[in-house]
Amino acid sequence: MIDGDVVQRVIEGALRSGGDFAEVFAEDRRSSSAQLDDGKIEDLSSGRERGAGIRVVSGETTGFAHTSDLSERGLLEAAKVAAEAARGGGGGVRTVALQRTHPPAPTTVEVAPETVAKAAKVELLRRADEAARATGAAIRQVSAGYGDSRRQILVANSDGVYVTDDQVRTRMSVACVALGDTGMQTGRESVGGTVGFELFSRHQVEELARAAASRALTKLQARPAPSATLPVVIAKGSGGVLFHEACGHGLEADHIAKELSVFAHHMGDTVASPLVTLVDDGTMGPEWGALAVDDEGTPAQRNVLIKDGVLTDYMWDWLRARKEGRPTSGNGRRESYQHLPMVRMTNTYVLGGKDDPDEIVRQTPHGVYVAQLGGGQVNTATGDFVFGTTEAYLIEDGRITEPLRDANLIGNGPEVLRNIDAVGNDFAMGSPGTCGKNGQGVPVGTGQPTLRVSALTVGGTAR
Amino acid sequence: MSVSETAGKGDLLALAVEVAGRARDGEQIEAYAARGRDNEIQVFNGDIESLSSAESAGIGIRVVAGNRQGFAYAGSLDPDVVDDALAEARDNAGFATPDEWVGLAEPDGVAAADLDLWRDDLASYPTADKISRALELERAVRAGDPRIRQVDNAGWGDSAFESAVATSTGITSSGRRTTCYLTVFAAAGDGDDTQTGYGYSVGRSPADLDLDEAASDAVERATRLLGATKPASTRLTVVFEPRITSTLLSILAGTLNGEAVLKQRSLFADRLGQSVSVPALTLVDDPTDPETFGAAAHDAEGLATRRNVLIDGGVLQQFLYDTYAGRRAGKASTGSAVRGGFKGRPGPGARALTVVPGTASPEEIYRQVGDGLLVQSVSGIHSGVNPISGDFSVGAEGVLIKDGALDRPVREITIASTLQRMLQGVSAIGSDLTILPSSATGVTLAIDDVSMSGT
Repeated sequence: MIDGDVVQRVIEGALRSGGDFAEVFAEDRRSSSAQLDDGKIEDLSSGRERGAGIRVVSGETTGFAHTSDLSERGLLEAAKVAAEAARGGGGGVRTVALQRTHPPAPTTVEVAPETVAKAAKVELLRRADEAARATGAAIRQVSAGYGDSRRQILVANSDGVYVTDDQVRTRMSVACVALGDTGMQTGRESVGGTVGFELFSRHQVEELARAAASRALTKLQARPAPSATLPVVIAKGSGGVLFHEACGHGLEADHIAKELSVFAHHMGDTVASPLVTLVDDGTMGPEWGALAVDDEGTPAQRNVLIKDGVLTDYMWDWLRARKEGRPTSGNGRRESYQHLPMVRMTNTYVLGGKDDPDEIVRQTPHGVYVAQLGGGQVNTATGDFVFGTTEAYLIEDGRITEPLRDANLIGNGPEVLRNIDAVGNDFAMGSPGTCGKNGQGVPVGTGQPTLRVSALTVGGTAR
Repeated sequence: MSVSETAGKGDLLALAVEVAGRARDGEQIEAYAARGRDNEIQVFNGDIESLSSAESAGIGIRVVAGNRQGFAYAGSLDPDVVDDALAEARDNAGFATPDEWVGLAEPDGVAAADLDLWRDDLASYPTADKISRALELERAVRAGDPRIRQVDNAGWGDSAFESAVATSTGITSSGRRTTCYLTVFAAAGDGDDTQTGYGYSVGRSPADLDLDEAASDAVERATRLLGATKPASTRLTVVFEPRITSTLLSILAGTLNGEAVLKQRSLFADRLGQSVSVPALTLVDDPTDPETFGAAAHDAEGLATRRNVLIDGGVLQQFLYDTYAGRRAGKASTGSAVRGGFKGRPGPGARALTVVPGTASPEEIYRQVGDGLLVQSVSGIHSGVNPISGDFSVGAEGVLIKDGALDRPVREITIASTLQRMLQGVSAIGSDLTILPSSATGVTLAIDDVSMSGT
């Protein structure tokens, strides 16, 4: 993408007027997508974005500029703007010795999406549409989306880091609308990975479509969710977002450093039920949040954040780790070359426990069973978080009974972690997700075994 | 560093016209070219935390041939990249299903509003002054109340944006706008209790910004929630602050999207001409009002924007259409095409939704409500609101209303209903029309019979 000598001159140029640290992050991203809606392939879209972001850190201040001009002149101009922004004092000539490394990729891409004919991508959508509509006459609308992206990055900095990565992602989603006596209901299912087109030899699009359609059809019979605080059982795979919100964000070192997290000052403390071990793992291919290196050039790691209920580590990027005089944990990520990196999660999951999943339900006299979760949101300073259900049922006398309409659930992170009173011996990762923070979206994965929270507030309307 | 001269808008339009002019026989081309310059400054603990400067440009190209549409975009205006994007869009069109309604906008004779949304004084505003205002904002919040524990995301941002649309069907349009803002997030503490509040001020020029209001908003919102408890579940009247009403209107915009209606993906399909709300409620989308944040003279397909009355006296009057949805519905575009920058294809959407304000002040509404809940913030909009089924369930915090006055704060609750019932349950509309950085304005709104879930 950029010649090594040029990278070195740009970093040295960025530090000419002072500054403690300079970094070049270059990115070349190609994406293609296709959408089927209303029985028609509506349109295919192709995109290409290329550019570099230059970061200069001087004391407490970060200067940042980006450019879509990858020539040496364009890069040096951006470096100058970033350096001026960082207001570095002193100056002088600094020599940077770049050491190129080649961290292992988390996944091997077998079929590069750009080698696959567009007609083959479109065909997947048609098959999904047909399978979804065949599920039931009440299915009134189907939309299906296919997308792939190839993101080649180069990261180099004045600490000598020099690394490139080639990140391929492929995904597909199906959304259905069903119409019944009580109005319309929706169902959605998606699959994705840090893989190429071989994704579709591992996952059948018909199954994906039928799952989305069944979800919408089931909810036609749904009654309003309770408006009450109840035990909630969350099925394996779908509930990882609970931990992403309940404690994931609160364990990001930027929130910790600013004391804007309920988990600050609790290192070594018991912050969760002893049944909970929470891991953030960027090496976990082919999950959606996997990467060879993060967007600061640090190789991906498996980091245990909570072990048997005890807080063992936060997640770190270069800036926060430097302040604490410790290594980064490989969690410095950014949406694109136009953004500064921040502490971000990768694949965040809870390890399996000892309980029989069916037994967890049987031992819940009255509660809610969540089979699929949508997104969520957290306020890390108060710990209050919400997450939405997209497939849920009532539990009555230890049995899963009637389907419930969609609702948000609300809880407080530390309380919910302590209230986890059963963890199943099963485990699954969930659907690909996009995590938003300060306006930047990055791909993440979540996962968990079947588990029960003894009390969560269910935001329905039924008295 | 300062906002340097952006190139004149002439060359964006010239580029768009040139690309559209490459249409072959039997082919239509639309080119949307955009360029933006953004600056962002964040301060923390009296120091500059980060200072970013960014210029970006790109093009989105639609090709329609044989009733089929293809799209491609590129984050660059370099001629070779633009050539590639056009070739990709052409190629992509070949894979679409033929659709008789597909086509680009054509001039419809509607004159565009004369809007001046650009302020030269933003371009010349020195970086040093931006930094000092951000630092002043942080200081003002810290000094605002002894219980303020932390201030984060105190910052300045500004943006200068220009775009142009041209088509081979005769459309040429261009526009530009400046915006700047101050934002701040405050955490207040008392013992083990921590509560947060967010304040901001948005304008087109530095002179529009009200630093004191942004600071006091953040301080008051954080401190008034201190001591908040979780109340018992019940049904009650909720009063939405203007910010929350704006959020509700943005959701409703999805249900009034003409394309969603045609594809049976709106709870309002088949309700045209029917009463969907109370007679006091009139809902208008008017991007020609220069005061609104989403003001624009042209829509994303280059047609003049216009004032569209969507709900009039509680009766559903019309939907929002772009060219495709309008044709398919047998109607004209309402000038309501929006797009998410050069990477996105156009589709129908609102830019400046407004509930025509009533006459009551917020305090008068509290008195009228008697007992209820004033909602200060909501969370989980994307996970808990379904504009197809109408289910509405969001996390909330706020202050209970007792005997017509604000009483004690509450947190960790949800409020739930359906969009259909909420529109029919509107019992008071405030006079406090508030312009917000959103596609919808805000006004205090009381809604009866909403479920509040707590203990």
